[in-house]
Amino acid sequence: MSLDPVPAPQRRRMRGALSNRSFLVGLVITGAVILMALVSFFWTPYDITRLAVANRLLGLSPEHPFGTDHMGRDIFSMIMIGARNSIAVAIVAVGIGMGVGVPLGTWAAARGGWADEVLMRANDVMFAFPALLSAVMITAIFGPGAVNAIIAIGIFNVPVFARVARAGALALWPREFILAARASGKGKVLITLEHILPNIAGLLLVQGTIQFALAILAEAGLSYLGLGAQPPMPSWGRMLFDAQTRIAVAPHLALFPGLAIVVTVLGLNLLGDGLRDVLDPRLRQER
Amino acid sequence: MTAYLLRRLAIAVATLFVASLVVFSVLEILPGDPARLMLGLNASPDALAALRTEMGLDRPLAARYLDWLGGMITGDFGRSLTYSSPVIDLVKERLAVSFPLALIALTLSTIIAIPVGVFAAARRGKAADTVAMGLAQVGVAVPNFWFALLLVYVFAVSLRLVPAGGFPGWGDSWASHWQALRALILPAISLALPQAAILARVTRSATVEVLGEDYIRTARAKGLPYRRVLWRHALRNAMIPVLTIMGLQFAFLLAGTIIIENVFYLPGLGRLIFQAISQRDLIVVEGVVMLLVASVILINLVVDICYTIVDPRLRGGR
Repeated sequence: MSLDPVPAPQRRRMRGALSNRSFLVGLVITGAVILMALVSFFWTPYDITRLAVANRLLGLSPEHPFGTDHMGRDIFSMIMIGARNSIAVAIVAVGIGMGVGVPLGTWAAARGGWADEVLMRANDVMFAFPALLSAVMITAIFGPGAVNAIIAIGIFNVPVFARVARAGALALWPREFILAARASGKGKVLITLEHILPNIAGLLLVQGTIQFALAILAEAGLSYLGLGAQPPMPSWGRMLFDAQTRIAVAPHLALFPGLAIVVTVLGLNLLGDGLRDVLDPRLRQER
Repeated sequence: MTAYLLRRLAIAVATLFVASLVVFSVLEILPGDPARLMLGLNASPDALAALRTEMGLDRPLAARYLDWLGGMITGDFGRSLTYSSPVIDLVKERLAVSFPLALIALTLSTIIAIPVGVFAAARRGKAADTVAMGLAQVGVAVPNFWFALLLVYVFAVSLRLVPAGGFPGWGDSWASHWQALRALILPAISLALPQAAILARVTRSATVEVLGEDYIRTARAKGLPYRRVLWRHALRNAMIPVLTIMGLQFAFLLAGTIIIENVFYLPGLGRLIFQAISQRDLIVVEGVVMLLVASVILINLVVDICYTIVDPRLRGGR
């Protein structure tokens, strides 16, 4: 009997994870963005609620590494605070997708028959609506704002997670350990909770990272159209909108918020790729 | 084969029908009376009632739904209240921008992505593969409207090669066609590159998978040159996931240009819907959304049929 708190297979998996380059780079980038958002609650280089019109549209300098915007606010500070908005929207939107989609998908897989058919057809209907367009409709109709943006993005995450959870669960149900659990008299709900969910957790985690990245892109798009977070709350998409009319005089305004989006999404995608490799080593050999 | 296609067709029609119910009910339960929005807060009750009758707002929901559905089936999408012209005319006018734009973007993305994907798959693990897939990884993360802003800055503001926005209309002379096309170049590139990144990744992984198959080894063993095996045998078999993504992308491009059309002030479908929503011109929103949903369903159906052409094995069963 080992006294080691971490069982050997898991330890091996962790070591595998840390030697996976995508995973490591993705983890560092994602961690840095989250850290930046957290730090912004306590400290930013400048107070962005204080407008200093004398300092408007400054270029890059040691005082303002990313320059200042049309109201004299420090771009770097705004990007730090904008990270909060992006992350919060994405977490809740993915949470809605998982929270609704995973129970639906696992239920359809366990129940089969009409329930499965109804869910899959409902999924078809959802997928027939172009997601971004529908998100624009929802936010435009129910009023622009961060909360409606979250709901609009969240709704379109539901069918994605329902489909992934269903496919993962369906592949598990005929397996022997599930048969054993059924033979021991466990109900479908208990089996789903005890055996199915832990075994599709990796799949869901990988999909979650991808959806997180997509949600950040979607939020940026909605904010760019003026339908996401409202000023004075800074958001990366909104900053790009403000930059557009001034692109001839101050191109740096358009550069940094966009880079922030690219770096964050890239980090999440790398993390997702790395996770998939680590959790499913078979895929790694093929790639 | 026929049974399979009929089943697919039945599902497509049913999906379209359910989608029409969703669109109608979401837009009908909206807060705000369209008649009041049009006439303003100071309208007299008589004028309001008259307009509500004219618009059919006083009739039962079910009757209005059936009228709307029946109209669409016969090609009558109703009349826009703000543009005072038939919705179908507005759509045709806007499609003259959106459709070529989507088509150019998809063509660009395909001619970049497929060779890059196949090339990377053939040299997997080598430097060329790493560089190509690294670029694709970055490309996937780029929001197309930001890329559009960068293109505007470089090619429109600094180099003054193309207009920064607006659309002159197609006109009737070659010169005006060219001006119209010039206005679509930057929007098409900004739409195409992020799409190409996704498509290149899918092409590469599908090709890598196929290259591991026995029939590829057989083809090589019987002495076919590697290049021929790669482009004829491997790519053809890798086409199924690639086609799926292309279908999704075309559907996305048709509707998802909404942001890019706003960046470049293009009078396309996306902007039509954007403006119609803010003016509460519901009949336009309903009509355009249904057309877009119908085209997504149609594209998916076509992709399914393409599967059976690309892969004869799918013709038998299912």
